[in-house]
Amino acid sequence: MYSQEHKEFLKKRKKRKILITLTQLLILILLIIIWELLAKYEIINTFISSSPSKIINTIMDLYKTNNLFKHIWITIYETILSFGLGTILGIIIAVILWWNNFLYKVLDPYLTVINSLPKVALGPIIIIYFGANINSIIIMALLISVIITIITVYNGFTETDINKINLLKSFKATKWQILKMAILPSSYSTIISSLKINISMSLIGVIMGEFLVSKEGIGYLIMYGSQVFNLNLVISGIIILMIVSILMYKIVSYIEKILIKKD
Amino acid sequence: MINTSKNSNDILVIKNLTKIYHNKEGETLAIKDLNLNIKEGEFVAIVGPSGCGKSTLLSILCNLEDKSAGNIIFPKKEVKLGYMLQEDTLFPWLNILDNCLLGLKVQKKVTKENKDNVLKLLNTYGLKDFIKKYPNNLSGGMRQRVALIRTLATNPDILLLDEAFSALDYQTRLAVSDDVWKIIKKEKKTTIMITHDIAEAISMADRVIVLTNRPSKVKKIYNIEMTNSSSPINNRKCPEFSKYYDLIWKDIDIHV
Ligand SMILES: Nc1ncnc2c1ncn2[C@@H]1O[C@H](COP(=O)(O)OP(=O)(O)OP(=O)(O)O)[C@@H](O)[C@H]1O
Ligand SMILES: [Mg+2]
Repeated sequence: MYSQEHKEFLKKRKKRKILITLTQLLILILLIIIWELLAKYEIINTFISSSPSKIINTIMDLYKTNNLFKHIWITIYETILSFGLGTILGIIIAVILWWNNFLYKVLDPYLTVINSLPKVALGPIIIIYFGANINSIIIMALLISVIITIITVYNGFTETDINKINLLKSFKATKWQILKMAILPSSYSTIISSLKINISMSLIGVIMGEFLVSKEGIGYLIMYGSQVFNLNLVISGIIILMIVSILMYKIVSYIEKILIKKD
Repeated sequence: MINTSKNSNDILVIKNLTKIYHNKEGETLAIKDLNLNIKEGEFVAIVGPSGCGKSTLLSILCNLEDKSAGNIIFPKKEVKLGYMLQEDTLFPWLNILDNCLLGLKVQKKVTKENKDNVLKLLNTYGLKDFIKKYPNNLSGGMRQRVALIRTLATNPDILLLDEAFSALDYQTRLAVSDDVWKIIKKEKKTTIMITHDIAEAISMADRVIVLTNRPSKVKKIYNIEMTNSSSPINNRKCPEFSKYYDLIWKDIDIHV
């Protein structure tokens, strides 16, 4: 059992935590109210700044015309697809590079260049090659997530304790056994934490892709809204995107927590 | 003084071993014409100035490094070597039992018999209650015992210990080296141990080999003979102990 002092300490801590959360909520609510009031008394121009009630109406309209979840779903679908492909491909390529150091040395400068290049610049080429459709969006997101995965995971591999590798070698382990028994397990947490980066990267790629290709998805809503100068739609899109990205990030963080705990 | 003639009791003969490391900064002559015979069942300690090439010698024996010249001969039969490094080569993601079975797994020899043998070793050396635990739940001394059992599991003919106790604090180190010595003697293993610690070398070994500065060669060999020799901790109290200590100290003494 805890001492009285420790109980007091815990109580104080909890109180403080609640206070912080409440203050955060209060600021949010206050901002929304001020925004709404400013719009209502026409102190700000609602045509370019929209207002909370208009945003809610826009979202409700989207929902009623059955489009809201279609757009959300397509963006989530594209993100998960490119996230999954990016992670798997990234790990496989990292393994190949670890296996063949010559190949790694040869490809290293290319990887660096591609990594530092803003992938959106490749957008037009991607569209020409893969067409103005979902394929281009996936490729765009994949490009962004796969390169960073390769680099993070490969670095994780090379950080494996040399003594562990030597120990396995002293048992006459094959390269495959070294990979399976030392490299992969000791890079486990690196790989898992690269997932969190990857989900954000994929979402960025998907939204960029949707901006360019624009048929459906949250990125399309934002782009379309700006083209017809419907700022209500633009800001609604951004808010939906915020919620979606927070949700996906939280889910991946949660999965990460479970996977790491098992360790 | 160095006997290279074939002795019927030799399990390992090293002849004119030379090792040069190459890298872009240049070459390092680590070992030059090193000759050494190891007899079956003996406990040999190797001491020498830091950086003289001790670890290199073991790496070559274990095939982790290629030799540049010379011969490594096993006069009796091909022998299996067991390598035990300094600290923390236990795999944190495997439990104690799986850590001990690692070598067997690599060699695809996890038979019922071998597994029972490992369990018996864990049992005998006081680790029975920990087989499902993970290395970070164990003390430094226990981890070192686990590492030894992992090495013994593959049933090597020669044990190679590279600074196996240097990560431990002084008190634990005395106790663990005593423990490990007893295990090794009980399992009747030929052992080559590298150490920085002259006292550790004298108290544990049957012979102490002193190497020269890099490039290393054998400088001196001491047959350790103690009155009432028993376990390493007790050996430290023998009258000859300090005599050997002084001699070896002077051999290694590098003017810093
Ligand atoms: N992979 C390597 N490449 C180049 N030089 C090396 C390599 N490994 C060791 N050396 C050099 O070879 C020499 C012997 O190294 P070694 O590790 O065998 O010494 P040691 O006697 O074990 O030293 P210590 O007492 O510090 O453990 C050193 O000068 C070291 O710098
Ligand atoms: Mg060394």
